[in-house]
Amino acid sequence: MIYFDNAATSWPKPPEVISAMTDFMERAGANPGRSGHRMSLEAGRIVFNAREKVAELFGIRDSSRVIFTVNGTYGINLGIKGLLKERDRVVVTSMEHNSVMRPLRHLEEMKKIKLTVVQCRRDGQLDLDDLRKALEEKAALVIATHASNVTGGIMPVKEIGRLVREHDAVFLVDACQSAGSLPIDVEEMGIDLLAFTGHKGMLGPQGVGGLYIREGIALEPLVQGGSGSNSEQEVQPEFLPDRYESGTLNTVAIAGLGAGVEYLLKAGIKKVREKEKDLIRMLIEGMKQIEGIEVYGPEDAENRIAICSFNLKGKDAGHVGYLLDREFDIMCRVGLQCAPAAHRTIGTYPQGTVRFSLGYFNHEEEIDAALDALGKIREMV
Amino acid sequence: MMKGEARCIVTFFTVHQALRAEKVLMEAGFTISMIPVPREISSDCGVALAFACGDETRVKAVLDSNTVKTECIYHLEGK
Repeated sequence: MIYFDNAATSWPKPPEVISAMTDFMERAGANPGRSGHRMSLEAGRIVFNAREKVAELFGIRDSSRVIFTVNGTYGINLGIKGLLKERDRVVVTSMEHNSVMRPLRHLEEMKKIKLTVVQCRRDGQLDLDDLRKALEEKAALVIATHASNVTGGIMPVKEIGRLVREHDAVFLVDACQSAGSLPIDVEEMGIDLLAFTGHKGMLGPQGVGGLYIREGIALEPLVQGGSGSNSEQEVQPEFLPDRYESGTLNTVAIAGLGAGVEYLLKAGIKKVREKEKDLIRMLIEGMKQIEGIEVYGPEDAENRIAICSFNLKGKDAGHVGYLLDREFDIMCRVGLQCAPAAHRTIGTYPQGTVRFSLGYFNHEEEIDAALDALGKIREMV
Repeated sequence: MMKGEARCIVTFFTVHQALRAEKVLMEAGFTISMIPVPREISSDCGVALAFACGDETRVKAVLDSNTVKTECIYHLEGK
């Protein structure tokens, strides 16, 4: 079996991730930060260590500013809805996922926010001059995906960050697809809000994501409730992370995420990137040799993470995906991948694409097998 | 901590800061213990760190240099 659906969720997970989760369930399965007993403290330490590791991965100095949420979408929603006020203006790229577009479209109705979508090029890449023009009018928030979940194209986050700073707006980066696959440094990149999910490149399980909030940025919490702190008060605490983490956390998932990030830090994110880049380059080069395949996104593997969207001429993407699964044992995703705006940009709306998304645990033989499968599917009537 | 030595307790607003304090103080070689906040003290967060009062100045210095946010330091009645 070949798993090429790592952009939906990475698989397999390192054994360390699974044992950290089992260890929590067996040994320390109490509620973190609620009680003073040893098991609760141990659960609290597991969460604390995971927070520290995530902070280290993203160059965040103060780990209390890393907020754990149920997933990346919640992190993005917290950044957007916690920040924006009535009639604020927001600038986004035309490559954003629905986890960004849907809350914004919702706020267009509810808070009358003004939304400007900066059109990216046909390969899905952003022209900084277009963003510069969009920023001539005052904006409260700029949102960019770090890497597209459709094309894999990497956005020039550092340059965008500089522009946003010059225009005195808040910069939210959707790193759901890039975290764990590309180096990220919130200081160097000028990122104010960084949303991530735990179950993709960060190698954790499903059910945990988060948001980094730069000091000085005040977000309204989306949910209020118990935090294990300030219990005599019926108002939400002001300090982090408690302010944004009401209710019991998904500690078992956080335990796994902590182990996943530790795995990445030990392997070295640069090494992970190099391996994934080699794999995607090999895949794209191979696809170019097969007649009738159109590959979308930037040409150079340097400008993309290990994602490749494509279509076989004259063939329905859904059917190609079906054949890959049933005839060739290759798991991938077809369709619009929750990103209609991105597909409109690259000209594949509404039919969609076939998407191969590779991970750190894929290998060259699998790419050969997939290329072979595509050649055979092309010949099928 | 020696038996009979006066104990000090530092409290925090959030468990996150208590755990940070535990980490940096242990790394600095202090003997500390994480304890539930004693009844006579009211604190925002349910856990506190106990240490020998003789270490108070140095403990404070380590916490400050690591920007650990504390609530209060108490001197407990010696037992």
